[in-house]
Amino acid sequence: MTPSIANETGSIGKADGLEQAGAIEQPGWTLPDRGRVGVLCLFATEFALFSIFVVAYVFYIGKSLSGPTPSQVLELPIWATICLLSSSVTVAIAERALKGNRIQQFKFWTAATILLGLEFLRNTAVEWRHLIQDFHLTITTNLFGTTFYSLVGLHATHVAIGLTLLLLALVLGLRGSMQGQARRFELLSWYWHFVDAVWVAVFTVVYVIGR
Amino acid sequence: MATTTYFPESVGQTEALPLPSRLHEWIVTVDHKRLGILYIATALFFFAVAGVLAALIRLQLAYPNNTFLPPDVFNRLMTMHGTTMVFLVGMPFFAGLANYLTPLMIGARDMAFPRLNAFGYWIFLFGGILLYFSYVAGEGLAGHGTAPDVGWFAYAPLTERAFSRGTSTDYWILAIILAGIGTTASAINVIATIISMRCKGMTLAKMPLFVWLMLVVSSMVLFILPPLTAGQMMLLLDRYLGAHFFDTQAGGSAVLWQHFFWLFGHPEVYVLMLPGFACASEIIPVFSRKPMFGRAAMIGATVAIGMVSSGVWAHHMFSVGMSTWSNVFFGAISMVVGIPTGIKIFNWLGTMYGGKIRFDTPMLFCIAFLFQFLIAGLTGVMLAVVPFDWQVTDSYFVVAHFHYVLLGGLLFTLFGAIYYWFPKATGKMLSETLGKWHFWLLVIGFHLTFDTLHFAGILGMPRRIYTYAPGRGWETLNLIASIGVIFQAAGVACLIWNIIRSLRKGAPAGNDPWDAWTLEWATTSPPPEYNFAVLPEVRSSRPLWDLKHPEDPDWRYE
Repeated sequence: MTPSIANETGSIGKADGLEQAGAIEQPGWTLPDRGRVGVLCLFATEFALFSIFVVAYVFYIGKSLSGPTPSQVLELPIWATICLLSSSVTVAIAERALKGNRIQQFKFWTAATILLGLEFLRNTAVEWRHLIQDFHLTITTNLFGTTFYSLVGLHATHVAIGLTLLLLALVLGLRGSMQGQARRFELLSWYWHFVDAVWVAVFTVVYVIGR
Repeated sequence: MATTTYFPESVGQTEALPLPSRLHEWIVTVDHKRLGILYIATALFFFAVAGVLAALIRLQLAYPNNTFLPPDVFNRLMTMHGTTMVFLVGMPFFAGLANYLTPLMIGARDMAFPRLNAFGYWIFLFGGILLYFSYVAGEGLAGHGTAPDVGWFAYAPLTERAFSRGTSTDYWILAIILAGIGTTASAINVIATIISMRCKGMTLAKMPLFVWLMLVVSSMVLFILPPLTAGQMMLLLDRYLGAHFFDTQAGGSAVLWQHFFWLFGHPEVYVLMLPGFACASEIIPVFSRKPMFGRAAMIGATVAIGMVSSGVWAHHMFSVGMSTWSNVFFGAISMVVGIPTGIKIFNWLGTMYGGKIRFDTPMLFCIAFLFQFLIAGLTGVMLAVVPFDWQVTDSYFVVAHFHYVLLGGLLFTLFGAIYYWFPKATGKMLSETLGKWHFWLLVIGFHLTFDTLHFAGILGMPRRIYTYAPGRGWETLNLIASIGVIFQAAGVACLIWNIIRSLRKGAPAGNDPWDAWTLEWATTSPPPEYNFAVLPEVRSSRPLWDLKHPEDPDWRYE
């Protein structure tokens, strides 16, 4: 009896099939897409990172030795939140458009996502300018300033990274090289949804519970 | 008998390239086997460096009132020894083993993300170089050329700018963040590889135990490194932007860093230890000629360790003044970890029981590991008893305990793993004679050093001191401990000589020198770049047994 070795792509050399596809494709044997697994792992570790900053924020609520306090200076960033949350919808539409190979729509909705993300960051910038200039709250002022700027800043950094990647996708789309990249763009849209979900947590902790 | 290889013997891959081209190939490689070897070679290099640091420390402590090392140098050696052993030896050893073996064991041609893999290695390497660059460029209290001297735990607020002047602490922070990014990249890669790249038929239930344990370790890494990274980011904000995370004068907490650090630091012990378990779980069955006893219990115990060990961190902090209920909780949970760990010990013993044991070098290391790790676990349970911990905390008893875990447990299994898989990676056998010299010298040296240190600790010798006064009953114990270093160093020298000798004129290994059962032995030694000419298909957890024994395959019983 010889072992049965079923494999259609058993060519010697760097297996081309493996380079292209996300998972090993063999008849009757399908495994999860490796890109998706990798991105989910990235989210897990990012989630843990944000958790520690959230813990530090919650731990230091009300422990500042001097003002200003959150209730004195923070306002609910409703408009910024609406922008960021709706950008999750636009990126989902862009992703669908790319899957259906509707490149014009893809470009439009990706651009819309970028604009919404930029508007969110502009709001953060205005808020920080207001806090720094009018209330003299900086990262060195008190524990509130320390934890506030680091947590919100960490999230804003993630938004900026996401925007950079979206911009890259848009530029590639304008140059006509996004066809067939739906799988990669899907992962980027997941990242964008993740950044949104983190904002919901940050919003709740900083602007609702912490105020 | 049917063929026992997934690779045709006739196809060779030897090409004689000039030396610069060969070195260039190593630098640009994205092959998981080469990166695995790079990881392990780097780990061995840093192991030698940190071993020299340890030898200097033991030399200083051999006699009371010794003036061989000044106190500031001692503090730097102690910090660099601990940091190096954890982040630049233990972690890359894990990454190297996982990289080299996982794709081979699951019948894949490479990791899921080969380029991410190379990125992880190089960023880890530069993190390590950055750490040691502090000896040239770091600024500290002792002036120019000061390495970090804050301990591998770097307790804030002592690491705040007011108390740790200069840049030496920043070298520690940045080097460890970089190495951590590399480890995280490795962990993501290992998980994606295991989930998405298994060959046909290899369900999770049929995966080799090594791969299972690597899956658990990698998942732990994802959740435990961020607390350290976040804490280090906060410390950098404190040091450079004037934030107050750990600044007690602004109302900050002096204990918060300890919580974040040990939230990483304790699970980290298991992240270091589980790869050792993984190696033992492959070696012990093969050299006992029996399948693993209680495979499912082993997997369950590993997952349990992964989860429970993440909730025990504050047992490192019994003496900082937590509430009684915190002490009780963390003491009790710490003892609970002993249960899944005990299950594992019985799994290995049950595997050996009634087996035809072959006492080759890899197996010797694993047997010593069983004894030593058991003792390490028992002193661990002792330390989980809060009143006992109050007596011996920050003493040499603790030092002896965790060196029993990491040296007697982890290092022994890693040495076993080197003897076991070296033939696969190079095609040459290591010498059994030198291997046995290595083993026995290391056993003698290890017990001389660390058995005695338990007693020094119980007699009250504090850790992290650079010298001590005579007349407290510590002199003989310390002298014996320092003599043990000579034996340990001689043992490691045997290993290095063994490796060099075998690379030059070792006996050819063949595909399967140990008559083993997992897929890495089904290809050539060393494996070709693409691992398997045809992707394997497996039907049981011992696919190679099935190939060798078609008349009595495992899948009939699984």
